[in-house]
Amino acid sequence: MTGHETWTALYTLWRREIMRIARIWSQTLVPPAITMTLYFLIFGKLIGARIGQMDGIAYIDFIVPGLIMMSVITNSYGNIVSSFFGAKFGKHVEEMLVSPMPSWVILAGYVGGAVTRGLAVGTIVLFIAMFFTEVRLANPLVTLSSVVLAAIVFSFAGFINATFARKFDDVAIIPAFVLTPLTYLGGVFYSISLLPELWRNVSYANPILYMVNAFRYGVLGVSDIPLAVAYAVMIAFAVLLGGFSLWLLHTGRGLRS
Amino acid sequence: MTSTPALSVRNLTKTYDNGVVALRGLSLDVAAGDFFALLGPNGAGKSTLIGMIASLVNLGEGEIEVFGLSVRHQRNQAMSQIGLVPQEINFNQFEKPVEILVNQAGFYGVPRKIALQRAEKYLRALSLWDKRDATSRTLSGGMKRRLMIARAMMNEPRLLILDEPTAGVDIEIRRSMWQFVREINRTGTTVILTTHYLEEAEQLCRNIAIIDHGRIIEHSPMRSLLAKLDVESFVLDIDDGEHSLPAIDGVRLQRLDNGSLEAEVPKAIALSEVFAALHHHGIRVKSMRNKANRLEELFMRLVGNPAPPPATDAGRSP
Repeated sequence: MTGHETWTALYTLWRREIMRIARIWSQTLVPPAITMTLYFLIFGKLIGARIGQMDGIAYIDFIVPGLIMMSVITNSYGNIVSSFFGAKFGKHVEEMLVSPMPSWVILAGYVGGAVTRGLAVGTIVLFIAMFFTEVRLANPLVTLSSVVLAAIVFSFAGFINATFARKFDDVAIIPAFVLTPLTYLGGVFYSISLLPELWRNVSYANPILYMVNAFRYGVLGVSDIPLAVAYAVMIAFAVLLGGFSLWLLHTGRGLRS
Repeated sequence: MTSTPALSVRNLTKTYDNGVVALRGLSLDVAAGDFFALLGPNGAGKSTLIGMIASLVNLGEGEIEVFGLSVRHQRNQAMSQIGLVPQEINFNQFEKPVEILVNQAGFYGVPRKIALQRAEKYLRALSLWDKRDATSRTLSGGMKRRLMIARAMMNEPRLLILDEPTAGVDIEIRRSMWQFVREINRTGTTVILTTHYLEEAEQLCRNIAIIDHGRIIEHSPMRSLLAKLDVESFVLDIDDGEHSLPAIDGVRLQRLDNGSLEAEVPKAIALSEVFAALHHHGIRVKSMRNKANRLEELFMRLVGNPAPPPATDAGRSP
């Protein structure tokens, strides 16, 4: 394929993903908005008012970056895992496998769609947060780069999950038993400085901790983790999971017999 | 017609992870511009072969070239030459037909504006234009089959592979589909067809290969293959079941019931001789038909299978 043809293929795939998100907007965009409104209301306004401050910041302000990042991560992951597994299950993944599209274009198209949904939901949650508190971005560049990197990392993770999945249960298990606990234990609702040393050290093994803290630095200007370390971890995960995803697609694991 | 074959398969062997050997050193050439039938019984390896050509099944040993482009080493260029109509419905049934076609063209790098024009052309040609904005799952079985043919044409392929495209489709739609595919072939597209309607293969295809147990057991022009059929079987409807049957050298006559009999007639014997002998015995033939399609008779002899080839390869695929 020429450069222009490759770009057309990539755009087509990305556009198809966006059309899918728009077609089922009541499943893709509305639920996170409702869930996060409840989080802001209950944890931010009602309980947060009694908690007071966290790291010298009002509790509702402290949880805003974490809740946005949580929405971005779960929606990026959820989008690609359901879309790609759906394509496998419905066999329309074959439309792409028989085409001359290189593997990286297929991966980039799906990841592009998942990142777009993650960022769309993140933006919706940001607007909801503005109803509850004043949100100012301390460092917009860090805010944007960290949220995009996190969305990319979890899009790759979702793609790997979808590739290995053989039934719908397989795409529900990882989010329920791995993603959700990691998210809740990733410093969304608390600073790890509150944890005993043992659990603080355990928390360092959680990649979401680095994402939430980099993003929190971008929004509030505070972080439990040095920014350089947070970026190094995110980039390392992106390279590792992206490379593995590409290898899976190239060798046809779970797709070609 | 060019000298480079549309499809060249050399010593292709495929063993699945579960140990099933689907292809055993299979070699095959299909000339550019041909209308080629690929037949075989259930589990013979047809779908595996098509899957490997179209990049849906990982290559085993051996080589496949499409218009001289190696599927192993020049995969992307080779795939851009192929349009595939698979056996099973495999489009997103929540999308509209026009979206399915335009997206498929996009995967081949066709700009959206041209893709929309082609979508209209093929949806109209296959009588689906009125359904362009319907949800695809609401289409009838025949419409879904035609939609897959339209989709396979969106990259305007030089090689169109049809894997049992008329399974479960009524006769009227089948005829319109074949009219469309004949026209595509007439304009230079090479067509490879697998079907279990052998009369279709006989009428449409110029050359034929029969696969059995992962090997080619017959590969010849349709005409010369049919010429090998030295005996044909007919069912004769007669108006008198009381008379004894005449003895005719080389011809086997067998009464089916009072109103009909079966005749196995070698090609060397003229049918008029059979009719004359029957007439001499007071038996009048009212009508006559072939007991089975000629290709079907040959097919059954070649693969040693009393039943015609079923629709799927499920028996041998993993």
